[in-house]
Amino acid sequence: MNGLWMILSAAGLMMASGFPAGFGSRQSAAAQRLAAVLMVLGSLTGLSGLAVALFSSGLCAISLPWHLPWGSFSVGLDALSAVFLIPVFIVPALGSVYGLGYWRQTEHLDNGRGLSLFYGLLAGAMVMVVIARDSVLLLIFWEIMALSAFFLAATENEKPEVRLAGWIYLVATHTGTICLLALFALLRQVSGSFTLYAFDAGSLTAGIAATLFILTVIGFGFKAGIMPLHVWLPGAHANAPSHVSAVMSGVMLKMGVYGILRMLTLLPATEMWNGELLLGLGAVTGILGIAFAIGQSDIKRLLAYSSIENIGIITMGIGLAMMGRVLHRVDFILLGLGGALLHVWNHSLFKSLLFLNSGAIMHAVHTRDMNRMGGLAKFMPRTAGLFLLGAVAICGLPPLNGFVSEWLIYLGLFQSVNAGNGMPWPAIGIGAVALALIGALALACFVKIYSTVFLGQPRFASHASPHDPQPFMHYPMFLLAAGCVVLGILPQVGLPLIQQAAAQWMDPAMQENPLPVSLAPVQWISGAALVLIVVSGIAVTIIRKNIRRQPAVSIGTWSCGYAQPTPRMQYTATSFGEMLVKRFSWALRPRTRQPVITEPFPSKSGFSTTVPDTVLDRIVLPFVRYAGHRMMKLRLLQQGRISIYLLYILIILLFLLCWESLGIGR
Amino acid sequence: MTNIFIHIALLLIMPPLLLGVINKTKALFAGRRGPPVLQLYYDLIKLARKGVVISQVTTWVFTAAPVITLTAIMLAGLMVPMGPFQSPVAFTGDLILFAYLLALSRFFTTTAALDTGSAFEGMGAAREVTFACLSEPALFFALLVLAKMSGSLVLTNMLHAPLAAGSQASAASLVLVAGGLFILLLAENSRIPVDDPNTHLELTMIHEVMVLDHSGPLLGIILYGAAVKLFVLSAVLLHIVFPFQSGSALLDWSLFVLEMLLTAVAVGVVESVMARLQMRNVQHLLIAAILLCGFGFVLLMR
Repeated sequence: MNGLWMILSAAGLMMASGFPAGFGSRQSAAAQRLAAVLMVLGSLTGLSGLAVALFSSGLCAISLPWHLPWGSFSVGLDALSAVFLIPVFIVPALGSVYGLGYWRQTEHLDNGRGLSLFYGLLAGAMVMVVIARDSVLLLIFWEIMALSAFFLAATENEKPEVRLAGWIYLVATHTGTICLLALFALLRQVSGSFTLYAFDAGSLTAGIAATLFILTVIGFGFKAGIMPLHVWLPGAHANAPSHVSAVMSGVMLKMGVYGILRMLTLLPATEMWNGELLLGLGAVTGILGIAFAIGQSDIKRLLAYSSIENIGIITMGIGLAMMGRVLHRVDFILLGLGGALLHVWNHSLFKSLLFLNSGAIMHAVHTRDMNRMGGLAKFMPRTAGLFLLGAVAICGLPPLNGFVSEWLIYLGLFQSVNAGNGMPWPAIGIGAVALALIGALALACFVKIYSTVFLGQPRFASHASPHDPQPFMHYPMFLLAAGCVVLGILPQVGLPLIQQAAAQWMDPAMQENPLPVSLAPVQWISGAALVLIVVSGIAVTIIRKNIRRQPAVSIGTWSCGYAQPTPRMQYTATSFGEMLVKRFSWALRPRTRQPVITEPFPSKSGFSTTVPDTVLDRIVLPFVRYAGHRMMKLRLLQQGRISIYLLYILIILLFLLCWESLGIGR
Repeated sequence: MTNIFIHIALLLIMPPLLLGVINKTKALFAGRRGPPVLQLYYDLIKLARKGVVISQVTTWVFTAAPVITLTAIMLAGLMVPMGPFQSPVAFTGDLILFAYLLALSRFFTTTAALDTGSAFEGMGAAREVTFACLSEPALFFALLVLAKMSGSLVLTNMLHAPLAAGSQASAASLVLVAGGLFILLLAENSRIPVDDPNTHLELTMIHEVMVLDHSGPLLGIILYGAAVKLFVLSAVLLHIVFPFQSGSALLDWSLFVLEMLLTAVAVGVVESVMARLQMRNVQHLLIAAILLCGFGFVLLMR
């Protein structure tokens, strides 16, 4: 119980962290430091509260007096909430420390204070979302979270593209909220209360259960960024300050995942198609997400699309676990959900690391266009090393953490081959092939980003002198990278909690026969990771030492005899991805502008190609424009006078009153 | 224990021999005498004693990558059983680690290529990662077929399944998978018809163009690593093509070595009778690999 109180106070501390700055002067550096200190304090309180709760009792709940007409202030903590609380406590605190160097209030007079304020609100609200056990309470903090994220994403609102991205996000998040309102209202109808505790779900008709499921996937899927609900994600992530992008991608997307998991825990699991739908959605989200990422040349848009891909992987794991619930398969649940939850942690580590890193890069070269970067490893070696580590981790390669979670999901998908007849094992098996394709594409994507940003020769103006960022920006990245290594070598430290969370999806009957260790022998992975690191570390050291002893000549790259190669001749980000973009052009729809050569001596011209978001540009925006055009007639009602609007409300209320008193509704 | 020693010894020593056999076969077809079968060993010894020329553009990735690549491939080689024997490393789920260790080696090979900032090597790296997006699904279809046949997720058991099976039901899909894996073997090891290991036209190559700037011991490590990769992937294929077992350990090991040399001859024959495909047609060959392995999967799940 004490642990939960500590977590509540941590949420309070985080939400309040930006308020003192609001009373300070616009250029006060102290106010920003105070906000960061409060954030770190809040996160430490929360983490220790979590430790207290987990080591004492595990499950606990608090209900406080509440004066609103509906709902109640009830919060609780179980293994599922605990799994999601850990990134919520770690990433925003590290981000606020990073912000001390990245977004100094003394340099951002217009938006520095607002940023601190909404950053704290976002972090605290996410804590509350995860522990809320009442749907009204959850919705309140969901909205605080969503709106804070809007103000954060629109921090630089003097730029038109930032405003546009912000509006798209706002519309998307509220479309999701409408579904959530409907979801919780319907849930109240069938369960009799707003609380988010298990109810007798057996009495639900198939239609109601299906409606609840669909509303859950759409409502929370908007936040998680499941395709095709991802339209807001690339723009908002790209245009927000980098530490905000890190929090949005590393943590806030996971709130959508959490919502889906929380609701699926309550809903009955009898329909096979639920799991199949999630597995299919996950596969499509993963493949197309990373394909779009390969097409990008804006470093932060690329990272945002890669987040969509990772959400796809997580969704595949959840889908597998849902099938396991229907089929009463312990292995599907533990490997699928376990892998998905571990991937939630892993993604929050390496994606935050990469977004913070992209901030350091942008500070150095003042652009997000990768085609204007290159050779940065020479100027900022520590940043380059950290980025390489994050890139290896996010590709799911051994010996880092990304491999472990993907390995678990793979094992779950491969378990399908042991299924008896009548099982949907082909569908699940094809899931493994889809995951393999995602892996290969992710590798292409991150080889591209690391190489075009850090390797080769600089493509930017030679007078710029980029350098490693200052310690405040550097240490948070270092800690995140350390997390990637630790979870890669010793996933055992996190697996008990994750297994406990996954066990919530098992019937009591299934819990009686615990998981055989042979299902996923993690100790072998630890061993392999260790061998890989130690052996290649030693070998690299020996080789590098020995080749230095020999008389080595140092010259430029061999360019097949051409005498004057220039940096512009290198493969750029766009050219590296060109073959894959072409292969996926049916979905990516790249826009190419190429010169037509007619004269014998053509004048100077240019070639450019971009990959805009197909769903946003070809479906959503045209539809919105069409609808806006068609609904012009409704403008009659909208005159811009508040008194008229109040009149509308009065008329509707009177109408409802009559309706109620006449008893028409009954 | 003895078998593990033999496994490791073969993995360390035999790979360069395969390339010698391939080149000898090609020479025979062309009516030349060809280089000695042990030529690659001589080359490796010579390269190990040479100095290194390193471009100023490169970073530490350039020198580290060949070593990391070789380590990853060696580790993968420890998981693949040779002949009817157990592999030194075997655990549930090692098939995924095997596939991802190959991916790790690809990551560092391509990164080192791009480290030089050369347009040629960038071209090779782009091709390598693009074609991998086609070969990876084929590999996983093949793994699914083997997992389904053996009911196991241990690479050793999976690859020994054709030996134990003897059922006609799975024979058809095994034939298809064998075809698919042979294409993968050629593609992953940059042999004709996907890639030409001999040409000096950098524009037409994949693997060779990526290592254009490496020299001395680093080039030696790369050549040796490529040979080991050929050896390991051939060992995988052999289980499906020659599922025989005599019972005597000595006979089985000699049989394995013989089969391995025959694979090298087969690769040499393919290289001699075919021309390298145009770059834009390579994808169709790899799609054929996906089709073969995918239909193998479909046949098995009837």
